[in-house]
Amino acid sequence: MTQLQFHDDESREAETLDVRVDTPGREGLAGTTPSDAYAPLRDPEQITRPPDGRPLHHQPQWRKDFPIDWPQDNYVARRDFAKFMVLTSAAFAIGQIWIGMQNIWRRHRGAPTIRKIASLSALPVGGTLVFQYPGPHDDCILIRTAPDGLLQAYSQKCTHLSCAVVPRIEEGILRCPCHEGSFDLNTGRKIAGPPPRPLPRIALSVRGDDVYATGVEWRTV
Amino acid sequence: MSIKRPFSREQRTTVIYGMLAFILILVVLQLWLLTATMNAYLGGDEAVIWPAAGASLLCLLLNAGLLRYLYFIERVRR
Repeated sequence: MTQLQFHDDESREAETLDVRVDTPGREGLAGTTPSDAYAPLRDPEQITRPPDGRPLHHQPQWRKDFPIDWPQDNYVARRDFAKFMVLTSAAFAIGQIWIGMQNIWRRHRGAPTIRKIASLSALPVGGTLVFQYPGPHDDCILIRTAPDGLLQAYSQKCTHLSCAVVPRIEEGILRCPCHEGSFDLNTGRKIAGPPPRPLPRIALSVRGDDVYATGVEWRTV
Repeated sequence: MSIKRPFSREQRTTVIYGMLAFILILVVLQLWLLTATMNAYLGGDEAVIWPAAGASLLCLLLNAGLLRYLYFIERVRR
């Protein structure tokens, strides 16, 4: 058996100790426990470290006054940012489902009804008429571009931010004054500016002197 | 008895950087999906709506799985 001998300063009688007593799990059983045996462990992750790595006495006063655990702060900030991004991801997924539900609702409403919107004799060549179709808040514009009765009708809401487009017959365009968007008068397609889609075209039917709106043609290009 | 974690803080910080890169890519993809789907819906194109919603939900599940893994590696083991 290995034995150690300890001598104190007062040269007392040497005492013999069994080193196995001081092994982990048996500390204190024979009064041999070191004074720091039960001192709290210093978790290296809980030690404040300045971001530049220099010792504390080389740090500026403001950093000494507010000793932040920078690695922990760095970790927590990124963890919270990740949580916020997942929340944003959930919001986007909900938005997608909301679009799907809106589409179901739009299908459920069915095709718009056929409705008389104007009399041909009351609309001169180059003349325009604002009407509401298919709903009472859906402003549209009817334009007579040729004497032989050629008519064009579009939604008046710009596809960018829903400003009202203004026809310029002589230039052959429909212009949005808000952000300088332009649409072709004959096709409704975008010529210039930020609008992402053509203007929705209103399908027309002329019966005698009466002009009827028969549907809405949504287009992506 | 000492407290042990599966990863040290430095390791977890590295993990979260990689995780954030994935999450950000997926969120940007979702943003693109949302704007493209909205444009298609407003233009009357219904074919892409539900496939895009499915793809966006898949991205959300991946993001949620990554966040769950983050909580898993933070769990204290004694």
